[in-house]
Amino acid sequence: MSSHAQSAHAAPTGFVSKYIFSTDHKVIGIQYFLLALTAVVVGIVLSLLMRFHLVWPNAHLPFVNGGQMTQEQYLALVTMHGTIMVFFVLTTAPQGGFGNYFLPIQIGAPDMAFPRLNMLSFWVTFLAFVAIIAAFVVPGGAPISGWTGYTPLSGVGEVTGPGEGWGQTMWIVSISLFCLASLLGALNFIATLIDMRAPGMTLMRMPLTCWGWFVTAILGLLAFGVLLAGGILLLLDRSAGTSFFLPYGLVINDQLQNHSGGSPLLWQHLFWFFGHPEVYIAILPGMGVASHVLSTFARKPVYGYRAMAMAICGIGFLGFMVWGHHMFVSGMSPYSGFAFSVLTMSIGVPSAIKTFNWLGTLWGGKIQFKTPMLFALGFVSLFVSGGLSGLFLAQPAVDNLLHATYYVVAHFHLVMGVAAIFGIFAATYFWFPKMFGRMMSEPLGKFHFWLTFVGTYCIFMPMHFVGIAGGIRRYADASAVAYLAKLQPLHLFMTIAAFVTAAAQLIFIFNFFWSLKFGAKASKNPWNATTLEWTTDSPPPLDNFGGDFPSVYRGPYEFSVPGAKEDFIPQHLAPAQVARSK
Amino acid sequence: MAGTTVTEVVELIGTGNGGGGASSGNGGGGGEGSGPSASGAVPQRTYVTGMIVGLGGVLMFFMALVSAYIVRKGMPNSTWVPLDVPRILWLNTVILVVSSFTLARSRNLFRAGNEEGFRYWWGCTTALGVFFLVGQVLAWRQLVASGIYLQSNPSSSFFYVFTAAHGLHLVGGLLALLSVAFRPTHRLTRGTATEVVSIYWHFMDGLWVFLFLLLLLGR
Repeated sequence: MSSHAQSAHAAPTGFVSKYIFSTDHKVIGIQYFLLALTAVVVGIVLSLLMRFHLVWPNAHLPFVNGGQMTQEQYLALVTMHGTIMVFFVLTTAPQGGFGNYFLPIQIGAPDMAFPRLNMLSFWVTFLAFVAIIAAFVVPGGAPISGWTGYTPLSGVGEVTGPGEGWGQTMWIVSISLFCLASLLGALNFIATLIDMRAPGMTLMRMPLTCWGWFVTAILGLLAFGVLLAGGILLLLDRSAGTSFFLPYGLVINDQLQNHSGGSPLLWQHLFWFFGHPEVYIAILPGMGVASHVLSTFARKPVYGYRAMAMAICGIGFLGFMVWGHHMFVSGMSPYSGFAFSVLTMSIGVPSAIKTFNWLGTLWGGKIQFKTPMLFALGFVSLFVSGGLSGLFLAQPAVDNLLHATYYVVAHFHLVMGVAAIFGIFAATYFWFPKMFGRMMSEPLGKFHFWLTFVGTYCIFMPMHFVGIAGGIRRYADASAVAYLAKLQPLHLFMTIAAFVTAAAQLIFIFNFFWSLKFGAKASKNPWNATTLEWTTDSPPPLDNFGGDFPSVYRGPYEFSVPGAKEDFIPQHLAPAQVARSK
Repeated sequence: MAGTTVTEVVELIGTGNGGGGASSGNGGGGGEGSGPSASGAVPQRTYVTGMIVGLGGVLMFFMALVSAYIVRKGMPNSTWVPLDVPRILWLNTVILVVSSFTLARSRNLFRAGNEEGFRYWWGCTTALGVFFLVGQVLAWRQLVASGIYLQSNPSSSFFYVFTAAHGLHLVGGLLALLSVAFRPTHRLTRGTATEVVSIYWHFMDGLWVFLFLLLLLGR
């Protein structure tokens, strides 16, 4: 049995089995990461095109057919930017990338529970990405119904717009594939975490990163199946003439659609039952990473570890009860609106627990301002700034005013978009030495941080004011509307900030690839951290621990323990192995 | 506050906070003594865990369809025409329920070491599964013969979606049954394989009974 298992883990020799169709969770993690890196480049380019168009709507663009961007093309940019960023960046990088790479190592396992399933998850995700990119080049181009794919716009076909024929179909196929892949991935994460922990690695000794990935996987397991069901029904409405989401008497472009009695709101319910947990799927791993990094570089234990773990569970649980707050203006009963509102605001409680405990972790610490620490601090800052505006949006009366304005765009970009990206950056700078055996450049990293940090605030803070002033999101050209034209200078400022911030990401890309080749060699534990991934080589061997699997004797964040010689005690050290100070 | 933390931590060094080492049962023992990590093998119960977790996702998929059914039916102007389920579904349902019992019998015989009995009842289960699927196809043909198609009415749309989604899952179950019967298992022991497949099959049986009652009583 045992010898057989080892032969199943024998090192693959060919290039294809080693780097392409690999079952090694570390390779798969890097594959997910590179996929997300590709996707984020596409997503940023799309957003820059949008920002450009908002300020110079009549500019001549050489790459656009006819020279000027149409309003439909702008909507296609909106749709594809949202879809690519939410699914292929914010879901893929933190969970598929870093979760895949570090969850098994941090719990002391040789691999995921089901390595071949893991490989399948990645390649189905990859297919989904190919499908969404293909939406750009199919007849009619990319879909225009937003990343939420609201019906009836998304359910009728080409008559509703150029991208609503083939493009929308590709979108649904892509998202359905992504759902399948994420379900398989979630299953794997949960089974791994339940059954593959090292001796002594109790739940309450897991790093908070593992708690983040664990709860994220549970959310994914429960949410993606619902979106898959919705996607199948939507596909049937489009192609088989059913009427799940399409109402009777629908007239589009003077054509009566042959449907009867379906409910567009049903799609919204199914979508947001997935969609709200999805924003926590994006942010929970970042919360785990932030806690982990703050503790490591403040040289202090995480303040209130148990409360932090429970807050992650609480946020995950409440995340399933609040989808209706995306639909306050859909004409829902005021009573359900009230319930959704109260439940939404109650998420403020576990969120506040996390925020105060992050501050408590920092309090009195010997803080080292390394690049990962800066990004973790940036994460906390963005999460608070973005989260506070959520309290306004959670109230139906206020939301009636702010719904579908730039205020909402500012809110979710700060709290789930950029905050999650900062979590990814913190994770990248923190774990790069472990993944590739070399250090990233600190000066370049800090330069990257400050430009990105200031830049994102410059993009998204003014956006709140545009929203409060009534700036409607998804409008291709606001300058034609009298009361919105006055806001154009703000738009210009945000656009400049967006271009500068995007340019700053080139520093990161350069730093990443330059350090791969020329970075200083990393030791096993360059940050003097405590968790199991720092007890093995950088990068780790195929089975993660070279056959010498650790046992765990203590919690994950034993920093600055009085009486100990070093200011950190790794999890695998038995009491007798801890060097004492004199 | 900080003071209390410090004293606790000092004790941690001294006592090691319990747990740890091979004495702890918490990190999973593979039944081989040295634990999963030490041997590099995946403990057998992980496959059971994985199946149960996976069925959680499957359940959410079907519950989304079921809630869509309930909402869609309750819509004002839903143009909902109640669908009389084909009578053959009663027979199909009985067949699938019986297959759960033959599967349980097969598992019992496997545990008792009766290889021949195990294979016999395992085969019976597979055959009943095939009968069920054939019966479902007959039900579809009956509906088509009476002019009821996927797009005819929301009630028929849901009927086809439910039966197709469940049928596809059952095809997967059949393949798993055949795989256990004919292919040697690698990472799982046969005991685990039969257990995992049983969990799946019983779940699909129960799910069908639920869907059937929904189509029958909730039409």
